[in-house]
Amino acid sequence: MIHQYKLGGYNIVLDICSGAVHAVDELAYDMIALFESGSREAIASAMLAKYRDRPEITEAEISRCYEQIQALKDQGQLFTPDTFAPMAGRFKEKSAGVIKALCLHVAHTCNLNCSYCFASQGKYHGDRAIMSLEVGKRALDFLIENSGHRRNLEVDFFGGEPLMNFDVVKELVAYARSREKEAGKNFRFTLTTNGMLIDDDVIDFANREMSNVVLSLDGRKEIHDRFRVDYAGNGSWDRIVPKFQKLVQARGGKNYYMRGTFTHANPDFVKDIRQMLDLGFTELSMEPVVCAPDDPSALTPSDIEIVKQQYEELADLMRQRDREGRPFTFYHYMIDLSGGPCIYKRISGCGSGTEYMAVTPWGDLYPCHQFVGEERFKLGDIWNGLNNPEVQGEFAACNVYAKPECQDCWAKLYCSGGCAANAYHATGSITGVYESGCELFRKRMECAIMLAVSRAAEDR
Amino acid sequence: MEHIVTLKTRNLCESAANGGCGECQTSCQSACKTSCGIANQKCENTEEK
Repeated sequence: MIHQYKLGGYNIVLDICSGAVHAVDELAYDMIALFESGSREAIASAMLAKYRDRPEITEAEISRCYEQIQALKDQGQLFTPDTFAPMAGRFKEKSAGVIKALCLHVAHTCNLNCSYCFASQGKYHGDRAIMSLEVGKRALDFLIENSGHRRNLEVDFFGGEPLMNFDVVKELVAYARSREKEAGKNFRFTLTTNGMLIDDDVIDFANREMSNVVLSLDGRKEIHDRFRVDYAGNGSWDRIVPKFQKLVQARGGKNYYMRGTFTHANPDFVKDIRQMLDLGFTELSMEPVVCAPDDPSALTPSDIEIVKQQYEELADLMRQRDREGRPFTFYHYMIDLSGGPCIYKRISGCGSGTEYMAVTPWGDLYPCHQFVGEERFKLGDIWNGLNNPEVQGEFAACNVYAKPECQDCWAKLYCSGGCAANAYHATGSITGVYESGCELFRKRMECAIMLAVSRAAEDR
Repeated sequence: MEHIVTLKTRNLCESAANGGCGECQTSCQSACKTSCGIANQKCENTEEK
Protein backbone atom coordinates (compact mmCIF):
# COMPACT_ATOMS: atom_id res chain seq x y z
CA MET A 1 0.00 0.00 0.00
CA ILE A 2 1.25 3.48 -0.82
CA HIS A 3 -0.09 6.96 -0.07
CA GLN A 4 0.66 9.94 -2.30
CA TYR A 5 -0.01 13.58 -1.51
CA LYS A 6 1.17 17.07 -2.32
CA LEU A 7 1.78 19.53 0.47
CA GLY A 8 4.05 22.47 1.22
CA GLY A 9 5.53 22.36 -2.28
CA TYR A 10 6.54 18.71 -1.99
CA ASN A 11 5.29 15.58 -3.74
CA ILE A 12 5.37 12.88 -1.09
CA VAL A 13 5.01 9.13 -1.42
CA LEU A 14 4.69 6.89 1.63
CA ASP A 15 5.29 3.17 1.41
CA ILE A 16 3.09 2.14 4.28
CA CYS A 17 4.37 -1.31 5.15
CA SER A 18 8.10 -0.61 4.95
CA GLY A 19 7.70 2.85 6.51
CA ALA A 20 9.70 4.43 3.66
CA VAL A 21 9.13 8.11 2.84
CA HIS A 22 10.02 9.46 -0.59
CA ALA A 23 10.08 13.05 -1.87
CA VAL A 24 9.65 12.84 -5.61
CA ASP A 25 9.39 15.10 -8.65
CA GLU A 26 6.20 15.41 -10.65
CA LEU A 27 7.17 12.79 -13.20
CA ALA A 28 7.92 10.18 -10.55
CA TYR A 29 4.75 11.15 -8.68
CA ASP A 30 2.62 10.47 -11.76
CA MET A 31 4.48 7.31 -12.70
CA ILE A 32 4.20 5.84 -9.21
CA ALA A 33 0.44 6.41 -9.35
CA LEU A 34 0.26 4.32 -12.53
CA PHE A 35 3.02 1.84 -11.76
CA GLU A 36 1.00 -1.09 -10.51
CA SER A 37 -1.86 -0.75 -12.96
CA GLY A 38 -0.26 -0.20 -16.36
CA SER A 39 2.49 -1.66 -18.54
CA ARG A 40 5.83 0.12 -18.84
CA GLU A 41 4.98 1.14 -22.41
CA ALA A 42 1.54 2.44 -21.48
CA ILE A 43 2.97 4.50 -18.62
CA ALA A 44 5.72 5.89 -20.88
CA SER A 45 3.27 7.02 -23.54
CA ALA A 46 0.95 8.56 -20.93
CA MET A 47 3.90 10.54 -19.56
CA LEU A 48 5.10 11.65 -22.98
CA ALA A 49 1.61 12.93 -23.70
CA LYS A 50 1.21 14.67 -20.36
CA TYR A 51 4.63 16.34 -20.43
CA ARG A 52 4.84 17.12 -24.13
CA ASP A 53 5.51 20.79 -23.29
CA ARG A 54 8.47 19.85 -21.05
CA PRO A 55 11.46 19.20 -23.35
CA GLU A 56 13.61 17.84 -20.51
CA ILE A 57 11.18 14.95 -20.02
CA THR A 58 12.36 12.70 -22.80
CA GLU A 59 11.66 9.05 -23.44
CA ALA A 60 15.09 8.23 -21.97
CA GLU A 61 14.35 10.25 -18.82
CA ILE A 62 11.00 8.51 -18.38
CA SER A 63 12.80 5.21 -18.72
CA ARG A 64 15.35 6.21 -16.05
CA CYS A 65 12.56 7.26 -13.72
CA TYR A 66 10.81 3.94 -14.25
CA GLU A 67 13.98 2.11 -13.32
CA GLN A 68 14.39 4.16 -10.13
CA ILE A 69 10.87 3.23 -9.12
CA GLN A 70 11.45 -0.44 -9.97
CA ALA A 71 14.70 -0.41 -7.93
CA LEU A 72 12.86 0.91 -4.88
CA LYS A 73 10.23 -1.77 -5.29
CA ASP A 74 12.93 -4.43 -5.54
CA GLN A 75 14.58 -3.06 -2.36
CA GLY A 76 11.31 -3.29 -0.43
CA GLN A 77 10.76 0.46 -0.25
CA LEU A 78 7.80 0.82 -2.56
CA PHE A 79 4.65 -1.27 -2.98
CA THR A 80 5.69 -3.43 -0.04
CA PRO A 81 2.98 -6.02 0.55
CA ASP A 82 1.16 -6.08 3.87
CA THR A 83 2.29 -9.23 5.63
CA PHE A 84 1.73 -8.07 9.19
CA ALA A 85 -1.76 -9.43 9.87
CA PRO A 86 -0.56 -12.79 11.26
CA MET A 87 1.66 -10.93 13.76
CA ALA A 88 -1.18 -8.77 14.99
CA GLY A 89 -1.99 -10.52 18.23
CA ARG A 90 1.56 -11.59 19.06
CA PHE A 91 2.84 -8.49 20.77
CA LYS A 92 0.05 -8.50 23.33
CA GLU A 93 0.47 -12.26 23.75
CA LYS A 94 4.18 -11.76 24.40
CA SER A 95 3.47 -9.15 27.05
CA ALA A 96 0.31 -10.74 28.45
CA GLY A 97 -0.15 -9.90 32.10
CA VAL A 98 2.56 -7.23 32.14
CA ILE A 99 1.41 -3.80 33.30
CA LYS A 100 3.86 -0.92 32.94
CA ALA A 101 1.86 2.27 33.24
CA LEU A 102 -0.78 3.57 35.61
CA CYS A 103 -2.84 6.70 35.54
CA LEU A 104 -3.44 7.48 39.20
CA HIS A 105 -6.64 9.41 39.76
CA VAL A 106 -5.43 11.03 42.95
CA ALA A 107 -8.30 13.51 43.00
CA HIS A 108 -11.79 13.07 41.63
CA THR A 109 -12.46 16.68 42.29
CA CYS A 110 -11.41 19.93 40.71
CA ASN A 111 -11.07 23.60 41.56
CA LEU A 112 -12.20 24.56 38.07
CA ASN A 113 -15.61 23.93 36.55
CA CYS A 114 -14.94 23.51 32.83
CA SER A 115 -18.14 22.56 31.05
CA TYR A 116 -16.28 20.69 28.28
CA CYS A 117 -14.46 18.38 30.72
CA PHE A 118 -14.68 14.73 29.58
CA ALA A 119 -14.35 13.80 33.26
CA SER A 120 -17.42 15.83 34.27
CA GLN A 121 -15.50 18.41 36.33
CA GLY A 122 -13.20 15.70 37.63
CA LYS A 123 -15.93 13.56 39.20
CA TYR A 124 -16.15 11.03 36.34
CA HIS A 125 -19.94 10.93 36.71
CA GLY A 126 -19.54 9.81 40.36
CA ASP A 127 -18.92 11.42 43.71
CA ARG A 128 -16.02 13.65 44.63
CA ALA A 129 -13.15 11.63 46.09
CA ILE A 130 -9.49 11.87 47.04
CA MET A 131 -7.00 8.99 46.86
CA SER A 132 -5.56 8.05 50.24
CA LEU A 133 -1.86 7.39 50.73
CA GLU A 134 -2.68 3.76 51.48
CA VAL A 135 -4.48 3.29 48.15
CA GLY A 136 -1.72 5.10 46.26
CA LYS A 137 1.04 2.99 47.80
CA ARG A 138 -0.85 -0.20 47.06
CA ALA A 139 -1.29 0.96 43.44
CA LEU A 140 2.48 1.42 43.12
CA ASP A 141 3.10 -2.00 44.68
CA PHE A 142 0.56 -3.48 42.27
CA LEU A 143 2.43 -1.90 39.35
CA ILE A 144 5.80 -3.23 40.49
CA GLU A 145 4.35 -6.70 41.13
CA ASN A 146 2.74 -6.88 37.69
CA SER A 147 5.46 -5.28 35.58
CA GLY A 148 7.49 -8.41 34.90
CA HIS A 149 10.84 -7.58 33.36
CA ARG A 150 9.84 -4.07 32.29
CA ARG A 151 12.26 -1.55 33.70
CA ASN A 152 10.59 1.73 32.74
CA LEU A 153 7.35 2.27 34.62
CA GLU A 154 5.14 5.28 33.97
CA VAL A 155 2.88 6.84 36.55
CA ASP A 156 0.71 9.82 35.74
CA PHE A 157 -0.83 11.90 38.52
CA PHE A 158 -4.19 12.80 37.10
CA GLY A 159 -7.59 13.97 38.17
CA GLY A 160 -9.66 16.05 38.45
CA GLU A 161 -6.92 18.28 39.67
CA PRO A 162 -4.09 16.23 41.22
CA LEU A 163 -2.61 19.18 43.12
CA MET A 164 -5.74 19.14 45.31
CA ASN A 165 -4.09 16.05 46.80
CA PHE A 166 -0.49 17.27 46.59
CA ASP A 167 0.70 15.86 49.91
CA VAL A 168 -0.23 12.35 48.78
CA VAL A 169 1.46 12.93 45.40
CA LYS A 170 4.69 13.89 47.18
CA GLU A 171 4.55 10.91 49.51
CA LEU A 172 3.82 8.52 46.64
CA VAL A 173 6.83 9.74 44.70
CA ALA A 174 9.01 9.29 47.79
CA TYR A 175 7.60 5.79 48.26
CA ALA A 176 8.24 4.85 44.63
CA ARG A 177 11.79 6.18 44.82
CA SER A 178 12.35 4.12 47.97
CA ARG A 179 11.31 0.97 46.11
CA GLU A 180 12.62 1.39 42.58
CA LYS A 181 16.23 0.36 43.22
CA GLU A 182 15.52 -2.95 44.94
CA ALA A 183 12.77 -3.67 42.43
CA GLY A 184 15.03 -2.86 39.45
CA LYS A 185 12.62 -0.27 38.11
CA ASN A 186 12.81 3.27 36.79
CA PHE A 187 9.72 5.35 37.57
CA ARG A 188 8.81 8.14 35.21
CA PHE A 189 6.22 10.47 36.65
CA THR A 190 3.94 12.91 34.90
CA LEU A 191 1.76 15.57 36.48
CA THR A 192 -1.22 16.96 34.59
CA THR A 193 -2.48 20.19 36.16
CA ASN A 194 -4.72 23.16 35.55
CA GLY A 195 -2.16 25.34 37.33
CA MET A 196 -4.41 26.92 39.96
CA LEU A 197 -2.44 25.52 42.92
CA ILE A 198 1.07 25.88 41.54
CA ASP A 199 3.38 27.58 44.02
CA ASP A 200 7.14 27.51 44.67
CA ASP A 201 6.87 24.20 46.52
CA VAL A 202 5.04 22.59 43.58
CA ILE A 203 7.54 24.06 41.11
CA ASP A 204 10.54 22.70 43.04
CA PHE A 205 8.94 19.29 43.41
CA ALA A 206 7.65 19.01 39.83
CA ASN A 207 10.93 20.11 38.31
CA ARG A 208 12.87 17.65 40.45
CA GLU A 209 10.64 14.57 40.24
CA MET A 210 8.37 14.79 37.20
CA SER A 211 9.75 13.49 33.89
CA ASN A 212 6.98 15.45 32.24
CA VAL A 213 4.49 18.10 33.25
CA VAL A 214 1.30 18.70 31.29
CA LEU A 215 -0.07 22.21 31.81
CA SER A 216 -3.59 22.95 30.68
CA LEU A 217 -3.91 26.21 28.77
CA ASP A 218 -6.26 26.82 25.86
CA GLY A 219 -4.30 29.71 24.37
CA ARG A 220 -5.98 33.10 23.98
CA LYS A 221 -7.41 34.52 27.18
CA GLU A 222 -10.93 34.88 25.79
CA ILE A 223 -10.88 31.29 24.52
CA HIS A 224 -9.41 29.86 27.71
CA ASP A 225 -11.77 31.79 29.98
CA ARG A 226 -14.84 30.73 28.00
CA PHE A 227 -14.59 27.21 29.50
CA ARG A 228 -11.85 27.16 32.11
CA VAL A 229 -13.65 28.98 34.92
CA ASP A 230 -13.82 28.55 38.68
CA TYR A 231 -17.04 27.74 40.53
CA ALA A 232 -17.86 31.45 40.75
CA GLY A 233 -17.64 31.62 36.95
CA ASN A 234 -14.40 33.61 36.84
CA GLY A 235 -11.85 32.80 34.18
CA SER A 236 -8.54 31.31 35.29
CA TRP A 237 -6.16 32.61 32.59
CA ASP A 238 -4.81 35.60 34.55
CA ARG A 239 -4.13 33.44 37.59
CA ILE A 240 -2.42 30.50 35.93
CA VAL A 241 -0.32 31.99 33.14
CA PRO A 242 2.29 33.62 35.44
CA LYS A 243 2.53 30.35 37.41
CA PHE A 244 3.06 28.32 34.25
CA GLN A 245 5.71 30.78 33.05
CA LYS A 246 7.55 30.54 36.35
CA LEU A 247 7.40 26.74 36.36
CA VAL A 248 8.60 26.40 32.77
CA GLN A 249 11.39 28.92 33.25
CA ALA A 250 12.62 27.00 36.28
CA ARG A 251 12.31 23.65 34.53
CA GLY A 252 15.67 23.94 32.82
CA GLY A 253 14.79 22.16 29.60
CA LYS A 254 13.04 19.13 31.10
CA ASN A 255 9.96 17.89 29.26
CA TYR A 256 6.70 19.73 29.54
CA TYR A 257 3.66 20.36 27.36
CA MET A 258 1.32 23.28 27.26
CA ARG A 259 -1.79 21.31 26.45
CA GLY A 260 -4.85 23.04 25.09
CA THR A 261 -8.23 21.91 23.87
CA PHE A 262 -9.92 23.39 20.84
CA THR A 263 -13.68 23.30 20.43
CA HIS A 264 -16.42 24.77 18.24
CA ALA A 265 -15.43 28.11 19.82
CA ASN A 266 -11.91 28.05 18.37
CA PRO A 267 -11.39 25.79 15.36
CA ASP A 268 -8.90 28.54 14.35
CA PHE A 269 -6.61 27.17 17.04
CA VAL A 270 -3.34 28.32 15.44
CA LYS A 271 -4.15 31.71 16.98
CA ASP A 272 -3.99 29.95 20.34
CA ILE A 273 -0.68 28.32 19.43
CA ARG A 274 0.66 31.78 18.54
CA GLN A 275 -0.55 33.08 21.91
CA MET A 276 1.32 30.27 23.69
CA LEU A 277 4.47 31.13 21.73
CA ASP A 278 4.07 34.82 22.61
CA LEU A 279 3.93 33.81 26.27
CA GLY A 280 7.30 32.07 25.88
CA PHE A 281 6.14 28.45 25.70
CA THR A 282 7.66 26.20 23.03
CA GLU A 283 6.48 22.64 23.81
CA LEU A 284 2.88 22.63 22.68
CA SER A 285 -0.07 20.33 22.22
CA MET A 286 -3.60 21.24 21.13
CA GLU A 287 -6.26 18.56 21.07
CA PRO A 288 -9.75 18.42 19.58
CA VAL A 289 -12.43 18.39 22.28
CA VAL A 290 -13.80 14.95 23.23
CA CYS A 291 -17.56 15.18 23.79
CA ALA A 292 -20.93 14.01 22.52
CA PRO A 293 -21.82 15.22 19.01
CA ASP A 294 -24.81 17.20 20.35
CA ASP A 295 -22.67 19.06 22.90
CA PRO A 296 -22.47 22.78 22.01
CA SER A 297 -18.67 22.66 22.16
CA ALA A 298 -18.44 19.75 19.68
CA LEU A 299 -16.65 20.37 16.39
CA THR A 300 -19.07 20.56 13.45
CA PRO A 301 -18.29 19.24 9.93
CA SER A 302 -17.45 22.79 8.83
CA ASP A 303 -15.17 23.19 11.87
CA ILE A 304 -13.32 20.03 10.78
CA GLU A 305 -12.54 21.65 7.42
CA ILE A 306 -11.22 24.74 9.22
CA VAL A 307 -9.11 22.59 11.54
CA LYS A 308 -7.54 20.78 8.58
CA GLN A 309 -6.53 24.13 7.09
CA GLN A 310 -5.20 25.13 10.50
CA TYR A 311 -2.96 22.07 10.63
CA GLU A 312 -1.40 23.20 7.34
CA GLU A 313 -0.98 26.74 8.67
CA LEU A 314 0.64 25.33 11.79
CA ALA A 315 3.13 23.37 9.68
CA ASP A 316 3.94 26.57 7.74
CA LEU A 317 4.43 28.43 11.01
CA MET A 318 6.83 25.76 12.23
CA ARG A 319 8.87 25.93 9.02
CA GLN A 320 9.00 29.71 9.29
CA ARG A 321 10.11 29.58 12.92
CA ASP A 322 12.71 26.91 12.08
CA ARG A 323 14.19 29.25 9.50
CA GLU A 324 14.21 32.10 12.01
CA GLY A 325 16.05 29.95 14.55
CA ARG A 326 13.04 29.99 16.89
CA PRO A 327 11.78 26.41 16.63
CA PHE A 328 8.94 24.99 18.68
CA THR A 329 7.47 21.54 19.19
CA PHE A 330 3.92 20.44 18.44
CA TYR A 331 3.20 17.08 20.05
CA HIS A 332 1.40 15.59 17.07
CA TYR A 333 4.06 16.69 14.60
CA MET A 334 6.83 14.92 16.47
CA ILE A 335 7.82 12.03 14.28
CA ASP A 336 11.02 10.08 14.48
CA LEU A 337 11.27 8.38 11.11
CA SER A 338 14.56 6.62 11.78
CA GLY A 339 14.12 5.76 15.46
CA GLY A 340 10.38 5.46 15.92
CA PRO A 341 8.38 2.50 17.16
CA CYS A 342 8.76 -1.05 15.84
CA ILE A 343 6.03 -2.85 13.94
CA TYR A 344 4.70 -4.59 17.07
CA LYS A 345 3.99 -1.27 18.73
CA ARG A 346 2.51 0.12 15.52
CA ILE A 347 0.09 -2.75 15.27
CA SER A 348 -0.94 -3.01 18.88
CA GLY A 349 -1.65 0.58 19.80
CA CYS A 350 -1.73 2.48 23.02
CA GLY A 351 -1.78 -0.40 25.51
CA SER A 352 -4.97 0.64 27.30
CA GLY A 353 -6.53 -2.22 29.22
CA THR A 354 -3.44 -4.40 28.87
CA GLU A 355 -0.21 -2.63 29.83
CA TYR A 356 -1.81 0.67 30.83
CA MET A 357 -4.64 1.12 33.34
CA ALA A 358 -6.28 3.85 35.35
CA VAL A 359 -6.74 3.60 39.13
CA THR A 360 -9.66 5.36 40.81
CA PRO A 361 -9.27 7.09 44.21
CA TRP A 362 -10.66 3.95 45.87
CA GLY A 363 -8.43 1.49 43.97
CA ASP A 364 -10.59 0.18 41.12
CA LEU A 365 -8.88 -0.52 37.81
CA TYR A 366 -10.15 0.61 34.41
CA PRO A 367 -8.62 0.22 30.92
CA CYS A 368 -7.70 3.92 30.84
CA HIS A 369 -8.70 7.26 32.32
CA GLN A 370 -11.39 7.74 29.67
CA PHE A 371 -13.23 4.57 30.73
CA VAL A 372 -13.38 5.44 34.42
CA GLY A 373 -17.02 5.58 35.48
CA GLU A 374 -18.16 3.07 32.80
CA GLU A 375 -19.00 0.15 35.10
CA ARG A 376 -18.91 -2.48 32.37
CA PHE A 377 -15.24 -1.72 31.87
CA LYS A 378 -14.14 -2.13 35.47
CA LEU A 379 -11.26 -4.61 35.28
CA GLY A 380 -10.76 -5.35 38.98
CA ASP A 381 -8.93 -3.61 41.78
CA ILE A 382 -5.41 -3.13 43.08
CA TRP A 383 -5.84 -5.56 46.01
CA ASN A 384 -7.40 -8.53 44.25
CA GLY A 385 -6.08 -7.96 40.74
CA LEU A 386 -7.93 -8.31 37.46
CA ASN A 387 -11.22 -10.18 37.43
CA ASN A 388 -13.00 -9.19 34.23
CA PRO A 389 -11.73 -11.67 31.63
CA GLU A 390 -14.34 -10.65 29.06
CA VAL A 391 -13.23 -7.02 28.89
CA GLN A 392 -9.58 -7.94 29.36
CA GLY A 393 -9.95 -10.22 26.34
CA GLU A 394 -11.54 -7.44 24.29
CA PHE A 395 -8.58 -5.15 24.92
CA ALA A 396 -6.01 -7.91 24.42
CA ALA A 397 -7.54 -8.69 21.04
CA CYS A 398 -7.84 -5.04 20.03
CA ASN A 399 -5.25 -4.05 17.43
CA VAL A 400 -5.27 -2.33 14.09
CA TYR A 401 -5.85 -5.57 12.20
CA ALA A 402 -8.92 -6.28 14.37
CA LYS A 403 -10.60 -3.14 13.01
CA PRO A 404 -12.19 -3.83 9.61
CA GLU A 405 -12.47 -0.14 8.72
CA CYS A 406 -8.73 0.39 9.19
CA GLN A 407 -7.57 -2.19 6.67
CA ASP A 408 -7.48 0.10 3.64
CA CYS A 409 -6.36 3.19 5.55
CA TRP A 410 -2.83 4.38 4.73
CA ALA A 411 -2.42 5.83 8.25
CA LYS A 412 -3.04 2.57 10.09
CA LEU A 413 0.60 2.01 11.06
CA TYR A 414 0.92 5.62 12.26
CA CYS A 415 -2.14 5.56 14.52
CA SER A 416 -2.36 1.81 15.25
CA GLY A 417 -6.13 1.90 15.20
CA GLY A 418 -6.63 5.01 17.27
CA CYS A 419 -8.06 5.64 20.70
CA ALA A 420 -10.18 2.79 22.09
CA ALA A 421 -12.24 5.20 24.20
CA ASN A 422 -13.02 7.49 21.29
CA ALA A 423 -13.99 4.42 19.22
CA TYR A 424 -16.24 3.13 21.98
CA HIS A 425 -17.96 6.45 22.57
CA ALA A 426 -18.51 6.97 18.84
CA THR A 427 -19.57 3.44 17.84
CA GLY A 428 -20.26 1.39 20.97
CA SER A 429 -17.26 -0.86 20.27
CA ILE A 430 -13.56 -0.46 20.97
CA THR A 431 -12.88 -2.01 17.58
CA GLY A 432 -14.95 0.64 15.82
CA VAL A 433 -13.46 3.84 14.47
CA TYR A 434 -14.07 7.46 15.39
CA GLU A 435 -14.19 8.74 11.83
CA SER A 436 -13.82 12.49 12.42
CA GLY A 437 -10.86 11.76 14.68
CA CYS A 438 -9.37 9.66 11.88
CA GLU A 439 -9.82 12.49 9.39
CA LEU A 440 -7.90 14.87 11.62
CA PHE A 441 -5.26 12.27 12.42
CA ARG A 442 -4.56 11.66 8.73
CA LYS A 443 -4.19 15.39 8.15
CA ARG A 444 -1.80 15.71 11.10
CA MET A 445 0.33 12.86 9.79
CA GLU A 446 0.51 14.37 6.31
CA CYS A 447 1.68 17.64 7.86
CA ALA A 448 4.13 15.95 10.23
CA ILE A 449 5.74 13.95 7.43
CA MET A 450 5.86 17.00 5.15
CA LEU A 451 7.74 18.81 7.93
CA ALA A 452 10.21 15.93 8.13
CA VAL A 453 10.67 16.05 4.35
CA SER A 454 11.13 19.82 4.48
CA ARG A 455 13.68 19.61 7.29
CA ALA A 456 15.60 16.89 5.45
CA ALA A 457 15.66 19.09 2.33
CA GLU A 458 16.95 22.08 4.34
CA ASP A 459 19.71 19.89 5.79
CA ARG A 460 20.90 18.82 2.34
CA MET B 1 18.32 13.11 -13.14
CA GLU B 2 17.36 11.89 -9.66
CA HIS B 3 13.60 11.77 -9.56
CA ILE B 4 13.25 10.38 -6.05
CA VAL B 5 14.85 11.32 -2.74
CA THR B 6 14.30 8.69 -0.05
CA LEU B 7 14.45 9.79 3.57
CA LYS B 8 16.24 7.73 6.17
CA THR B 9 13.54 5.70 7.88
CA ARG B 10 13.33 2.65 10.09
CA ASN B 11 12.37 -0.40 8.04
CA LEU B 12 9.21 -1.72 9.64
CA CYS B 13 9.52 -5.20 8.15
CA GLU B 14 13.02 -5.56 9.63
CA SER B 15 11.83 -4.23 13.00
CA ALA B 16 9.75 -7.39 13.34
CA ALA B 17 12.94 -9.38 14.01
CA ASN B 18 13.90 -7.82 17.33
CA GLY B 19 10.93 -5.59 18.12
CA GLY B 20 8.28 -5.88 20.76
CA CYS B 21 10.38 -5.38 23.90
CA GLY B 22 7.62 -3.17 25.33
CA GLU B 23 9.91 -0.63 26.99
CA CYS B 24 8.55 2.31 25.00
CA GLN B 25 6.15 4.83 26.39
CA THR B 26 2.47 4.05 26.62
CA SER B 27 1.04 6.09 23.79
CA CYS B 28 -1.16 8.79 25.23
CA GLN B 29 0.10 8.56 28.80
CA SER B 30 2.16 11.68 29.03
CA ALA B 31 0.72 14.34 26.83
CA CYS B 32 -2.51 14.32 24.91
CA LYS B 33 -4.70 12.02 27.00
CA THR B 34 -7.50 12.12 24.46
CA SER B 35 -6.20 10.57 21.26
CA CYS B 36 -3.88 7.81 20.22
CA GLY B 37 -0.98 8.10 17.87
CA ILE B 38 2.14 6.01 18.05
CA ALA B 39 4.12 7.80 15.38
CA ASN B 40 5.55 10.24 17.90
CA GLN B 41 6.84 7.58 20.28
CA LYS B 42 10.50 6.78 20.58
CA CYS B 43 11.88 3.24 20.45
CA GLU B 44 13.53 2.33 23.74
CA ASN B 45 14.84 -1.08 22.78
CA THR B 46 18.44 -0.94 23.96
CA GLU B 47 19.33 -4.37 22.62
CA GLU B 48 18.29 -3.71 19.07
CA LYS B 49 20.36 -0.58 18.53
